[in-house]
Amino acid sequence: MNRSEVTKEDVRGRTPGRDAITGAADVVGAEQRRQRGEGRRRKGRGEPTRVPDAEFRSYYGKPILNQIVWEAPDIGGYLFLGGLAGASSVLAAGAELTGRPALARPLKYAALGAITGSTAALIHDLGRPERFLNMLRVFKPTSPMSVGSWILLTYGPLAGVSAVTSATGWFPRIGRAATLGAGVVGPLVATYTAPLVCDTAVPSWHDGYRYMPFVFASSAAAAAGGMGLITAPLDQSGPARRAAVGGALVESVTSSTMEYRMGLSGEPYRRGRAGAFMRAAKALTLAGAAGAVIGRHSRLASAVSGAALVAGSACTRLGVFYAGTQSVEDPKYTVIPQRRRLEEGKAARGEGEGGVSVPQARDSQD
Amino acid sequence: MSVDSSGNGRPERVGFFTDTSVCIGCKACEVACKEWNMVPEDGMDFTSMSFDNTGRLSADTWRHVAFVEQREPLGFQDPGVGRPGPVDLGMPAFELPGASTGAEERGDFRWLMSSDVCKHCTSAACLDVCPTGALFRTEFDTVVVQEDICNGCGYCVPACPYGVIDRREGDGRAWKCTLCYDRLGEGLEPACAKACPTESIQFGNLDELRERAEKRVEDLREAGVSSARLYGEDPANGVDGAGAFFLLLDEPEVYGLPPDPVVTTRDLPSMWRHAGVAAASLLVGAVAMFAGRR
Repeated sequence: MNRSEVTKEDVRGRTPGRDAITGAADVVGAEQRRQRGEGRRRKGRGEPTRVPDAEFRSYYGKPILNQIVWEAPDIGGYLFLGGLAGASSVLAAGAELTGRPALARPLKYAALGAITGSTAALIHDLGRPERFLNMLRVFKPTSPMSVGSWILLTYGPLAGVSAVTSATGWFPRIGRAATLGAGVVGPLVATYTAPLVCDTAVPSWHDGYRYMPFVFASSAAAAAGGMGLITAPLDQSGPARRAAVGGALVESVTSSTMEYRMGLSGEPYRRGRAGAFMRAAKALTLAGAAGAVIGRHSRLASAVSGAALVAGSACTRLGVFYAGTQSVEDPKYTVIPQRRRLEEGKAARGEGEGGVSVPQARDSQD
Repeated sequence: MSVDSSGNGRPERVGFFTDTSVCIGCKACEVACKEWNMVPEDGMDFTSMSFDNTGRLSADTWRHVAFVEQREPLGFQDPGVGRPGPVDLGMPAFELPGASTGAEERGDFRWLMSSDVCKHCTSAACLDVCPTGALFRTEFDTVVVQEDICNGCGYCVPACPYGVIDRREGDGRAWKCTLCYDRLGEGLEPACAKACPTESIQFGNLDELRERAEKRVEDLREAGVSSARLYGEDPANGVDGAGAFFLLLDEPEVYGLPPDPVVTTRDLPSMWRHAGVAAASLLVGAVAMFAGRR
């Protein structure tokens, strides 16, 4: 079709077609142009629009971004279990140092189980699971998933040694060091997943990046505290109870603040499946916190409250996940904030100055 | 349009200038791309919305021709702000075009066609977030996936602000336009540009393309096509300049392009700081939980 040749010097035999002025005024006859011009004016259609509002334009309503390819159970589970593991290790280290073995031991097991599940979910979600180790080819601070892989590689063995030494009673000093190590790396495990989801073009994830780490950290604390309430006897579960209640309250406040402060991007958190999970998360978390306080003298009430907190934390992660997919599905979440940014930029530079890439207002021509 | 070394031992940055004002919607670029790169079929579907039965860019579509139908005059065009969205022209009929509508409406129709492609951003989010290093920047300043390294983590898919890269079903790896990396090495132009019959797709040295595009927009505006504007050519934009930029006749979102995309990793340092503070708070909070009485 194209007969031009790319040579080392230049293109030979360029087609002249690309210089054609299509759609130009000259293409249309003067008579026709006059008729059209008058016709348009008579109809008076097209009010000058400068401020973008809820009205937005799109390509047949199709999404601009490609849909997230991750599976909700895999990545939702990965986020939740990572948080549970990290915060459990922190509490386990504290319990170890303050002489609460009946709280430390189950939390160490929970941490190992959760981090194993988290890693398994991550690997299961890969398109090529057998190439998981390619994650360790490079260390890239620009990729939270790369950083996360290295954090997991550091944390996993520490959590493993901590749990195994606790179960067997072998090498108590090594076990203690591993427990403390896991307790120090634990907060990173619980929070790196926030930059991981926020470092995307997904509006409902990216726009919440200032709040997401705090939501994830507090949700992790609530889950780990809940796990402590499920597994530890009443006389040793005090710190777990305080962590559970504190985490639950902070999570409720930060996640509500995040939804509110994100503006349009916060809307998916109140709609559809994401909305259902976020409401369930809030109900379970607050009920769990209340139960943990009211039922502090009952082993059963504590365990049930703990389970509610763990479930609430899982719901939070699933809610965040679905808010992301919902904000990708509808182009308005991509178009409207970007259009607004452009208009604001244009207003800041002074109206009418506009370069070639800035569309002129309609009335400037008529 | 030479892709040879420019004296410093490094090839020049190359890219695409897609001038949609001369696109005729033949989809030769889509076909040529599939043929050359052996891209599998992307579903034999009818979208029922327009002549666009490809839909979007994906793992199996590296060039996508968009068709936009508007009740706007072809000539004597206006700027394109505040215009209603695409119109439904209905099913093809046997009557004369415009016979059922009044004389006023007759002819008030234009078809915008645009061949979309990977933008090969200067600051590419897909490349930044790739945890394996499978995505890399070539000597031509293009962005390419190494299929023998990609483990299909899927992180690049939501990272791309244009919705270009995608994971292939059944294959599990991420795929996108390579700007015909294999052809560039041989001094050939990419298959889509080669196949384009109207030179709507122009390939070459990026600086040269930018100059040419500026000139083209001036010419069009002078001739009365006031809605002509460039998209993505500005090195100061959210992705620090796209390696593939466009001349559009309406707002970008009408073609399914984001109006003002920003590479997500621009905010990453701040994200890490916030996460660090959150992690420290978790640690301090836990200490406080144990510091209290029993």
